[in-house]
Order: sequence, then structure tokens, then C-alpha cells
Amino acid sequence: MAEAIFTHLVEETGLSDHFEIDSVGTISYHVGGWPPPIGIELRIDLVNAFVAVIVAMIGAIAIPYARTSIAQEVSEDRGALFYAAFILSLAGLLGISVTGDVFNVFVFLEVSSLSGYAMIALGQDRRALTAAFQYLIMGSVGATFIVIGIGLMYVMTGTLNMADLAARLPEVANNRTIPVAFTFLTVGITLKLALFPLHLWLPNAYTYAPSAVTAFMASTATKVSVYLLLRFFFTVFGESFSYEVMQLDRVLLPLAVVAILAMSLVAIYQANVKRLLAFSSVAQIGYMVLGISFGSVLGVTAGIIHLFNHALMKGALFMAMGCVMYRVGSVRIEKMAGLGKSMPWTMAAFVAGGLSLIGVPATVGFVSKWYLVQAALEQGMWPVAVVVLIGSLMALIYIWKVVEVAYFQSAEPGAEIREAPLSMLIPTWILVAASFYFGIDASLTADVATRAAETLIGGLQ
Amino acid sequence: MSPGLVIGATVLLPVFGALAVLLLRSNPNVREAGTLIVGGLTFWHVLGLLQMVLDGARPRLDLFEVVPGVPIAFEVEPLGMVFALVASFLWPVTSLYAIGYMRGHHEENQTRFFFFFAIAIAGALGVAFSANLFTLFLFYEFLTFCTFPLVTHHQTEEAKRSGRIYLGILLTTSVGLQLLAIIWTWQLAGTVDFRDGGILAGTASAGVLGAILVLYVYGVGKAALMPFHRWLPAAMVAPTPVSALLHAVAVVKAGVFTVLKIAVYVFGIDLLQTLATTPWLAWAAATTIILGSLVAFTKDNLKARLAYSTISQLSYIVLGAMLANEMGIIGGGMHIAMHAFGKITLFFAAGAVMVAAHEKNISRMHGLGRTMPITFGAFFIGSLSIIGLPPAGGSWSKWFLGMGTLEAGQLGLLAVLMVSSLLGLYYLLEVPVKAFFFKPAEGSHHHEGIHEAPLPSLIAICITAAATVGLFFWPDLWYDLMVMVVQGAAGGAQ
Repeated sequence: MAEAIFTHLVEETGLSDHFEIDSVGTISYHVGGWPPPIGIELRIDLVNAFVAVIVAMIGAIAIPYARTSIAQEVSEDRGALFYAAFILSLAGLLGISVTGDVFNVFVFLEVSSLSGYAMIALGQDRRALTAAFQYLIMGSVGATFIVIGIGLMYVMTGTLNMADLAARLPEVANNRTIPVAFTFLTVGITLKLALFPLHLWLPNAYTYAPSAVTAFMASTATKVSVYLLLRFFFTVFGESFSYEVMQLDRVLLPLAVVAILAMSLVAIYQANVKRLLAFSSVAQIGYMVLGISFGSVLGVTAGIIHLFNHALMKGALFMAMGCVMYRVGSVRIEKMAGLGKSMPWTMAAFVAGGLSLIGVPATVGFVSKWYLVQAALEQGMWPVAVVVLIGSLMALIYIWKVVEVAYFQSAEPGAEIREAPLSMLIPTWILVAASFYFGIDASLTADVATRAAETLIGGLQ
Repeated sequence: MSPGLVIGATVLLPVFGALAVLLLRSNPNVREAGTLIVGGLTFWHVLGLLQMVLDGARPRLDLFEVVPGVPIAFEVEPLGMVFALVASFLWPVTSLYAIGYMRGHHEENQTRFFFFFAIAIAGALGVAFSANLFTLFLFYEFLTFCTFPLVTHHQTEEAKRSGRIYLGILLTTSVGLQLLAIIWTWQLAGTVDFRDGGILAGTASAGVLGAILVLYVYGVGKAALMPFHRWLPAAMVAPTPVSALLHAVAVVKAGVFTVLKIAVYVFGIDLLQTLATTPWLAWAAATTIILGSLVAFTKDNLKARLAYSTISQLSYIVLGAMLANEMGIIGGGMHIAMHAFGKITLFFAAGAVMVAAHEKNISRMHGLGRTMPITFGAFFIGSLSIIGLPPAGGSWSKWFLGMGTLEAGQLGLLAVLMVSSLLGLYYLLEVPVKAFFFKPAEGSHHHEGIHEAPLPSLIAICITAAATVGLFFWPDLWYDLMVMVVQGAAGGAQ
């Protein structure tokens, strides 16, 4: 059905000679009619289609939410600026998701990042400016590393097209330049996706950005970077080069483990809930990278599933905090006393999202954990499986800290706090509902993720 | 109705009951009537399923596939039936008791109380009917979370602290150990279904399987095997009906039921016998039995004493499972029912004393038996059942457990059972003896004007006490069900 509509639309607009759809359903679009590898190719297979769906979905849910939230948190004369930056950022992220050209990746990355810095700087707290500046510096370093890596590859192969690179790189893989390019790309991308210890920009950025921005970026920006990691390691360089020659797993696995444990621990000690969730995000990114570091179909499946699942739950949690910000004006833990009574729906959404973060069965978090622990056991690494489960228990502690204050302490006398407006609650609860739906029936996500992992690891052979 | 629909209805009815409680909150009488009616209906449905099980059928209901090969599914087999019967029968009885208690004690937030109470029963029934480890784990965790608001009902600082211990221990064990074991099982066996004869036999070396068994037995924190027992006394901060139903019946029995179920349907009796860790775990249970009884001795607070008695008694069932023979399994399964009726009677009586005389400590109950004869009479009967003396149901399960230890050739374990009974004789019977035969302490005027507990509570106490005695004369149903369990297990292994 969808395919028929797509084909019809393509024919109607007279673009049929720009499109190519191969037997497994990979769509290739030749920008400007120039065939690859000379022209820029947009290429969509199961992996990035899934990522694009996540980004577009979160974007569609965040925009209606932002209307109320931004109207309060950002001064009126800058409202237009926010929407412009938001749309640009969304375009950039979708661009990264769909392109089949590595230089194009860099361009879209800069589009999304620059607009991202602008959005963070809109935060009402003055520290938002330093947070945005910090992110600007670190993000630019990351982007520069990526462009250096791309440049080195271009020098060696003379091509920027991903498929073409994948075909040509093995010929020159013995040259020292390629490992150097690989290293630059790895560092650049892991900085963008905030893998420990390159995560320093993230907590401040998430804490001081306007709530709607945090919800959107936490669910999309880092996810797209994880996708880039997958794309470069598996499609461009190939699994055998990444894991056997470069021994990527030896770097990523320890970093992911440390990220899970250390960042969860830091999250426990935060007094600002947005900051707490930000550190939790760094820990959760550890889960995704951990799955990828195994290099097995099961591990990559776990990583991709968690990509989707974490977007749902963290989106819901940050949106719930946006609701608190809207009514209370602060997201510090001590300000949440009595909110269980005065904002029951908001706090229920927070508890639901938190349960998912903990990985309670019937939530998406459980599905992620199921695959991740399985992948670790498959490798015979049962201590790593234990780390994953310890991470869950640490999530319980930091989530419960908030729950206890909200439900066990009574509100300060005289504080008149009402439930958040529906225009914010509904998007929040859509994500909460989705995090339960895909936790009870994960066949769709599990199937797509497994096939995507098989596509990646099978490579373009 | 098709069998599958009956299962669905049985698990969903308490949820509807909870919604009814919410809708009818403006009128407490109608609200409580709603709970009682739905409770009766739920029990009625369970009886319908019982008939099917006794006819040899295993009604089944498949819902969604969560991940490929792992569905949420229900299957009613005899062991689950034992647990479901106990939980669904005692729910309306406890609700009746709670009506008297909550009003007599002027508790606040009664709607929330009855709401989560009903939800917790849905969780317990889900555990009872689960057809695979995943479904069981799902409802096991569900039960943990929906009982949290009940445990912390008073929302005081103490309730908050107890709530932390409660969630902390139950989740640490279930996520850290049990979930790991479940995923490991899935990795080895390629399935997490409960099957007659078990699914793990021959999938890995005896060492690995022994390790998984340890993960399971300690991972089921609700079974309160020491050192993971602290949550149970902590949860006693809850109102007494919660302690009665959830911490003598639904929650703790969900734990030991899980242990039995895993022993029979994941490992299988034959495999269990060959594992090196099985006798070791049996001794861990025996240690808990003795230590629990000893600690119970030292407690003057009646509810705390009952809590440690529960810890001790739960390990009887774990011990029964780890004896790894038919008698042990039969005894363990029957003890689920026998202990439930006996212990709930004790908790009811303890709560009745709190409501009527505002007394928590045993040392201050001297002479109360004369003003509250029914309450302390019921306490006496409940004590007999826990100790294992006729004419109370507990004597049967103890009998079979004792036979199990002999069959296993473990005379030491038999001695443990005997010693524990002797200890129980003292720490439980001390209460009615002091109440009936001791004179009130000098200068204590507080016994004046004390009557029996409110009528609904009194009726509930009489029902459970009568049932405890009835179980001694008619234990056949439980015995038959458990025989079906071990026969099925033996049949599947061949």
C-alpha cells in the first residue's frame, strides 16, 4: 500500500528517473539527477528508515508540546527564532538519517548542531548561554574531527559516496591513513553522541535548555549520532575492519560499562531533575554503545531497539519535567513536594517513564534489557550482563528519589499549583502510552531492529 | 464462556473491581459492597476453572507476543490453581475484615486503599495463572509496585523508610538475580514456557544449572529466604488488612509459589535431584526456618512476631521444593494453602486487638482474652495450624513435608521441622495463654470498655478460623491438586 502510494507519487512528480528501488526495498534518490557516486545520493534502507521514523515522530509530538511550553519559557520576541531553529534542526537530523553521502552527513550535522546551539541558548536561565557555548566548542571539535576523517578517506579513495567508499576502502585499508581516518571519525561521532568521557557538554545543555528543546534533543540528536556510528562502522568500514583490525570492541565495551555505572551513580546525586535525567541519558547511551560493541546481530539489535525505546521514555520524562517547569517554575527536587497530589497526571507520567527506565516488564525498557542481557550472555560475558542489571537498579534509586518527594512530602502551604495544561499533557502521555505499547507488543520494533542489524552486519556484500 | 475467556475474566475482574471502587468513592458503603461483589464473582470464576482443572484440562489463554517466542500467556495448572483458590477466596474475606478495621481505626485514603488492594489481587492471579517465566515475572513485578502504595499507606517518615526497604530488596533480587536467571534460561533452553518435567534438563552442565537454581531461589525475594527477608518485617508498617492479605497470602505466597513452580516446571524434579546446589539450598531454607523462629521469640510487638513467623514458615515451602521429591512438593504446595488460612487468622486477630484495645505489644495483652474471647480463640486455632497440631490444617502439610525429608534421607531436616514446631509452640501460644490466663497488670485501666472488634472483622475472623479447622477434616482438594502436579511432572519426564 505505502509502496504503491510512494511509486505513484514519484511518477506523478516526474521524478521516476531519479529514483531507484532495489529488490530488498532500499530506496536510492539521485539529487539533481546525477547518478552516484558522482552526484549526492540519498539512500534509505531499513536502518535509517527506522531512525528517520523516530526523529520525525518525536518532532511531530514535540512541536505541539512546545507551543505552550515555549510561550512561557522564551520571551515573545524570540519565539519565531525558536521555531526557525527547531525546524532547521529537525531538517538537519532527518538529513543525516537519509543521506548516503559522507560529506552530506557533515553538512547536515552542522545544520542540526548550529540550530541546536541556538535553541539551547534560548533557555531562560542565564547559564543557558554558557551551556550553549560549551556545547558549541565541543560540538565543533567533534564536527571537525568528523570532517578530518572524511577528508582522509576522500584523499585515499576519491569518493564520498558511502556505498562506493565501502567498495573501495578494503583496497587501501593497509595504508596507515585509513586507521587514522577511522579514529578521527570514532572520536568525533562519540563526542556527538556523548559517550563517556566525551559527554561533558550534555548535562549543562540539557539542564538549561528550554524544556521542549531538551525533550526533543534528548530523544533525537544523540540517537542520530548513534546511527552514524552504526553506519560508519558497519556499512562504510565494514564489520571485519572495525572489529578485527581496529578492535573497536576493546574501546567501546569498557567505556560503555563505565558510562552505565559512573553516570548512573552521578545521576543519583543530582538535585535538579533535568540534570539527573541528563546524566541518566549518558548512562543509557552506554547501553546502546554496549550493544553495538558486541558486534553481534543480537548486540546491534539491542542497541537499535534501545535507540527507539529510549527516545520514547526519555522524551516522556523530559516532557513531564517541562510540565513541572511550566507550573512550578523549577525542576529542583525539593520543589516537587506534594506534586503527586497537585499534578497527578504529570507525576504519573514521570513514574511511568521512570518504570520504563528501570526496565520493569511491560515497558519498553524491559525489552531493551532483555535483548542486551541476552547479547551479553551470548558472548559469555555474564559480568557485563550483571552491569546492565545493576544499571537498572541504580535507575530505580534516582527515579525513586523524585517519587518519594512528590508523593510523601506535602506541599508548602499557600502554594497553589494546578495540573499542567492539556496541550502539554497529551503529547507527554502519547509517549508514555507508546512506551507501554511497545513494551507489551515489541514484535514490530524487535523485528525491524533484528532485520536492520542483519542488514548492517551483512554489509553490502 | 470458553476457558480462555474465563481466565481473562478472572484476572481482569479485580481490575474492574478497582475501577468500581474509584467510581463509587463518594459512598463508602456502596464502594465496599462493590469490592465484596467483585471478590465473590472472582472466586466464582476461579471455581469454574477449578472444575476444568480437576477434569484434567489445562485452560489456556495466549495474548500478545512481547518479543518473538515470548508471549504473555496464561495456563491454569493444578499448582497455580492452589494459589489462585487461596488468593481469590481470602480477598473478599479480607475485604470484609478491612471494612471493620479501616473504619474502626479511622484510616484515611480508604478509596486508594481498596483500589490498590483489588489491583494487587489481579497481580496475584496473574502470577498464579502465568504460562511462562516472562508472564510470571511481569506479574511478580506488577505485584511489587502495586503493593507499594499499600505498604506506605500512612505516608509517614517510617512508612517511607519501610517502603524503601520493601522496594529495594524485592527489586534488587528480582532484577539482579531472577531476571538474569530467566534470560539465561531463555538462552539455554530457547523457551521460557512452564512444561511438565522441566525445560532445562540437558541444556548445560550441572554446574551452570546449579548456579541458575541458586539465582532463582534467591532471586525470588518474595519467598523471603534469609538474608533477603528484611522487607517482610518492614512491610508490617502497613495497615493490618494489608499485612494479613498481602504479607501472609498474596505477596509472600506469590514468592514461594514461584519457587515451587520453577522447581517443578522449569527444572523438573528429576533434574533437581541431580544438582549439587539443591541440598545446599534445602539447608539454607532450614537455617531460615530456625533463625526466623528464634527472632520471632524476641519480638514483643505482635505483628513483628507474626512477620518473623511468616519468614520461618515460608521456608518450609522452599524446603519442600528443594527436597526434590514428590512428598516434598506435595507438602510444600499444601502448605501454601494451610499456612495462608492459619496466618491470616493470626493477623486478623492481631488487627482486631489493635482496633478494639489499641494494643500492639504482647506483654500488654494480659487478660484481654476475657474481654475478646472470640478474637483470642481464633488466634489459638491459627497458632495450632502454624505449629502443625490437629485439629488444624497445618498438620497435614507438616506431615507431608516430614515424609519428604525421610524420603530424601535427610533426618537433620526432619529435626529442623520438629524444633521449629516446638519453637512455634512457645512463641505463638504465649499470646492466647497470656490473654486468657494472666491477670491484667496492676494499674492498667485501659481494658475497661473494650469490646470485641467491629462486627465485619469478627465475621471474617470466624470464617478463616473455621476454614483452618475445616482444612484438617477435608484436605482432599489440596492433596488431589498437588498429586496432579507431581504426576504431571513425572508423566512429562518420561
